[in-house]
Amino acid sequence: MSWDDKRPMSPHLQIYKMPITAKLSVLHRGTGAVLFLGLLLMVWVLVAAAGGIDSWQTMHRFLSSWLGKFVLFGFSFSLYYHLCNGMRHLLWDMGKGLSLEQVHFSARIVLISSLILTLLTWIIA
Amino acid sequence: MAEFKLPANSIVGKGKHFSAPAGAKNIKTFIIYRYNPETDKHPSTDRYEIDMDNCGPMVLDALLKIKNEIDASVAFRRSCREGICGSCSMNIDGGNTLACTKPIAEIEGDVSIYPLPHQPVVKDLVSDLSNFYAQHASVEPWMKTTAPVSPDKERLQSKQDRDKLDGLYECILCACCSTSCPSYWWNSDRYLGPAALLNAYRWINDSRDEATGERLDELEDPFKLYRCHTIMNCTEACPKGLNPAKSIAEIKRLMIKRKM
Repeated sequence: MSWDDKRPMSPHLQIYKMPITAKLSVLHRGTGAVLFLGLLLMVWVLVAAAGGIDSWQTMHRFLSSWLGKFVLFGFSFSLYYHLCNGMRHLLWDMGKGLSLEQVHFSARIVLISSLILTLLTWIIA
Repeated sequence: MAEFKLPANSIVGKGKHFSAPAGAKNIKTFIIYRYNPETDKHPSTDRYEIDMDNCGPMVLDALLKIKNEIDASVAFRRSCREGICGSCSMNIDGGNTLACTKPIAEIEGDVSIYPLPHQPVVKDLVSDLSNFYAQHASVEPWMKTTAPVSPDKERLQSKQDRDKLDGLYECILCACCSTSCPSYWWNSDRYLGPAALLNAYRWINDSRDEATGERLDELEDPFKLYRCHTIMNCTEACPKGLNPAKSIAEIKRLMIKRKM
């Protein structure tokens, strides 16, 4: 939205203390963006698999490095968080769980369960 | 595209400092957004030290004390001082609420007071809510009927149907919810915002209203309704304890329901 008013705009992001619900909403958007970038990574994996042993090993070496593992960890957390919070959104779209208490409760459930799922994945894999 | 930064003319500078009177023991500092269109190029924040032993309990009490005793130039709206008129809505300690029902004791440390966020500032804590009111008017917040009723009869409603309006009719249009919503900040030219949508739902949900279909048609729009991403700032902010986010979710449900 363009601001063509001569008067000042009152401060917003600069001063607003975001409740946990808003922070998780930002995280949902952020993890969604990460998932999109992660798809490019998946494409790379497929291309590498099709390109023969050399290209496969280059890809494998990167994903086994510290940086590669960090990227994969971020991707897996993003996947689980986006999934769990997505289910929260589905409930909301059915008109359920929208009271402040329920929303705060589900915020904690989503955060804890996406962390547990991420850790479980890394312990098992 | 969302613009996260303030425009150049809106950057907040440092302002004046008003010390507490000598001998004051229980001092609280109020940091207040100031902008005078006749003299200031930029907004700034003034700091007022208040003797809390000699001040009422609510933020509005402190504002009135400042205006009466320290600095008569501070501008803000107020009227009923009991949370029913919605005039003294502002951003206090990082959240939108009514100054008259916000206890100072709930705030740790200094008390920051800004106008409602992302609005044109008229002066100090007074923001221009013309767009907000126009959006409210756009949902045509009155009962619409086509069925004729004889002039000596009332339009009756069962107790159960009347109960469906609880949590909706209490809105005082203070704009705390709409101006707390990031979606509204970035898209208030096209997104109606939580207050207007709650009021739209108040009539959609009224058993006596006969324009439900037209009301839904009017809202079926990627921006007017669907910019709500259930961030929940509206419900967190509402000083009347209402739940605009739930009303919006209900409207979205009705949109789907009528297509099935």
